[in-house]
Amino acid sequence: MRPDSRIWSFIVPIAAVILALMIASIVILLIGKNPIVAYGALIKGAFGGRQAIADTIIKTTPLILTGLAVGFGFRAGVFNIGAEGQMIMGALIATVVGINLGGVPPVIAIPVTMLIGMLAGAGWAAIAGYLKAKTGAHEVVSTIMLNWIATYLSSYMVTEPLAVGSGTPKSPEIAESAKLPPLLTIGATEMTSGIIIAIVAAIIMYIILEKTTTGYEVKAAGFNPYAAEYGGISISKNITMSMAISGALAGLAGALEVMGVHHRFLGTLSGGKGFDGISVALIGQNHPIGIMFAAFLMASLRTGSNEMQFVGVPKHIIMIVQGIVIFLVAADRIVRTILIRKKKVGS
Amino acid sequence: MDKEYAVVMKGITKRFPGVLANDHVDLFVEKGEIHAIVGENGAGKTTLMNQLYGLLHPDEGEIYIFGKKVHFKGPREAIEHGIGMVHQHFMLVDNLTVAENVVLGSETKRGFLFDLNEARKVVKELSEKYGLFVDVDAKIEDIPVGMQQRVEIIKTLYRGAEILILDEPTAVLTPQETEELFEILRKLKKSGKTIIFISHKLNEVMEISDNVTVMRLGKVTGRLRTSETNPREIARLMVGRDVVLRVEKESKEPGDVVFEVRDLWVKDNRGLDAVKGVSLKVRKGEIVGIAGVAGNGQTELVEAITGLRKVERGKIIFDGVDVTGFSPRELRDMGMAHIPEDRLKHGLIVEYPAYYNLILGKHHRFPFSENNFLNKKFILKNARDLFEEFDIRPRKPEMLGGNFSGGNQQKIVVARELSHEPKFMVVSQPTRGLDVGAIEFIHKTILKMRARNVGILLISMELEEIFSLSDRILVMYEGEIMGETRPEETTFEKVGLMMAGHRLEEVER
Repeated sequence: MRPDSRIWSFIVPIAAVILALMIASIVILLIGKNPIVAYGALIKGAFGGRQAIADTIIKTTPLILTGLAVGFGFRAGVFNIGAEGQMIMGALIATVVGINLGGVPPVIAIPVTMLIGMLAGAGWAAIAGYLKAKTGAHEVVSTIMLNWIATYLSSYMVTEPLAVGSGTPKSPEIAESAKLPPLLTIGATEMTSGIIIAIVAAIIMYIILEKTTTGYEVKAAGFNPYAAEYGGISISKNITMSMAISGALAGLAGALEVMGVHHRFLGTLSGGKGFDGISVALIGQNHPIGIMFAAFLMASLRTGSNEMQFVGVPKHIIMIVQGIVIFLVAADRIVRTILIRKKKVGS
Repeated sequence: MDKEYAVVMKGITKRFPGVLANDHVDLFVEKGEIHAIVGENGAGKTTLMNQLYGLLHPDEGEIYIFGKKVHFKGPREAIEHGIGMVHQHFMLVDNLTVAENVVLGSETKRGFLFDLNEARKVVKELSEKYGLFVDVDAKIEDIPVGMQQRVEIIKTLYRGAEILILDEPTAVLTPQETEELFEILRKLKKSGKTIIFISHKLNEVMEISDNVTVMRLGKVTGRLRTSETNPREIARLMVGRDVVLRVEKESKEPGDVVFEVRDLWVKDNRGLDAVKGVSLKVRKGEIVGIAGVAGNGQTELVEAITGLRKVERGKIIFDGVDVTGFSPRELRDMGMAHIPEDRLKHGLIVEYPAYYNLILGKHHRFPFSENNFLNKKFILKNARDLFEEFDIRPRKPEMLGGNFSGGNQQKIVVARELSHEPKFMVVSQPTRGLDVGAIEFIHKTILKMRARNVGILLISMELEEIFSLSDRILVMYEGEIMGETRPEETTFEKVGLMMAGHRLEEVER
């Protein structure tokens, strides 16, 4: 099989997951447990019953969006490590606006809140993009710094100006009209309709990348900035724009968490989901469809791991699985690079 | 067979994924001869030599050095068997001296300490013995390319090389430096060394070699005694058909000035002046050639003209408009085309299929783009038409740019740039690394554009190319124009002297 064939992109992640589960089962054996029992519990925890499935889908939603954010950045040649911060900003600003939309009908309040969240994320990411375009400041460094600014800014907001109640720092609830109606209500769990928005976002990203002139330019700049510039594509414009689009997706992740799940801003709202986006993008090979599956996989492992605890297997096993999957998917790049380089030496 | 062979390679086969780089190649190199290996790019010359030098391992076949069968695990063992290789790209440390570079890796020692004096002595002796003339105390960064190459040769001799492999050694040299190199090679041969000389310049092969092995598509297509053959025969064996070595250029009166540069100053990446007050004019239907050794400001000049690099001072006028500071897109939209010197860096997006590469630069224009949506139908039709017109092979527009051979990649770039219907073209190193067949095609195409009244600025390190295509020749040295001449009024030697920094007036004297 040719190293760049399309099927390869599907085979590698699937094989990586199977292999990772096999390697992790050795670890489970080493701690004296039965891997079959453990994985049985994992599957039950993730898919055993409507409640479990709803939990998995709730967790999938933000991971799709942060995965898309990072993936879009990768395609455009920028490494957006700041999805975490952009998600926080998206959630925070969406909350601030959402609180004040009391008298506005949902048809307006919902899109406005979402849009504001996206803009917040986009603006936050565009700072790093602009800095890179104008001064060459590396986006990895600047987005990490922006992450910390966002983290502390948001925790100030929920401990001081926006704080309500006691216990975990949190903001007041957003207006009823700005809340996303749940897709399904199962007991106490409301399954967010955000999943639909996330899937639509993935489809839009696919269309932008594959069908539009913008996508042509973004990918060209990502593959070979020299050739792109030679072809009349402005690199600095592209970097800023790509970062902004990437940030908008992360901001949307934050806004949807507020609107569909927590209905308010919590200090723990992002909880590393922005960073998980990097893993999701990597496993999903930066392809919108791949990212949806990767997000679903990660979410399933997360929800399932709680059930695994009940049979005495620590849920951190899942971290091992995740780590091995990423390693193998990334190692595949190494293998492919070697194959391609060998070919070049030969010519 | 009672001749003594320094190198015998028998039935060498080397496969890379999807490519048969060497297909049962036999190579016989007599002791004490200069043996040329010629072939198109991708014919498998370098692959073959890398196996001889231990960098690659053959899948099949046997190698004998001075009659002894060998299996090299790496270059170290090859060096122990007396093989030395001078690569196309020099492997020297810029801020060390010549002597230090030569002994690097097997240093002269006194006790545990590095003995610089001994190193200097040894290098000086070697340099004098073979007439290599290097300044042992100069730093590499301060000496010219020709001398750097001689340092590489001394390096191999210091390690006891009896068999020297030189991979395209003249690609970076001026005509004078090439002559000097040939003198050295003859001296080395006289002292009993065996030399393997990889090239695709037929005149050099004719001048320097005793025997020639011709390769084509991974196979040996000819083994000839140089004295019994001619360039035409070698060229035919290289490409598999007859080749017109010289292009016929019809005489033509150029039209109005379409492009002009006035007192242009441009800086390089380090912030130093690379182009120092260059002025030039190109008329419609005229080819103006810029000759010069690589690295004398040509790259920066081209980048400034095409909007890729900032102009510090001076003016660029295109089609009557002052376009100084215009972006590449604005220039392209006005009718400027650019065939870049490095097709892999600037010319192609190797990850994109050919049909996408064929619209780069006009991808935003109708009919390829409509309301920001790409029109795949027109894009594919454009690709099919250009593949046909320019005979790009294989006829697979959906194949990724990086998977085409060098010659076909260049055809993709040329096809795209010409399909812009340009008024003015910057053509930089259009045939670098191409085989004779592709060179012929590209040259004909450039002349076709000239006939269509396009103004062409041609930048090339190949003097023959400059001479056979240009109407006027400018010579560039250290960012300045040394003089202007015409191919029919001058000689290679005179232009060569200008490339080495002499002004036209001095040369003509």
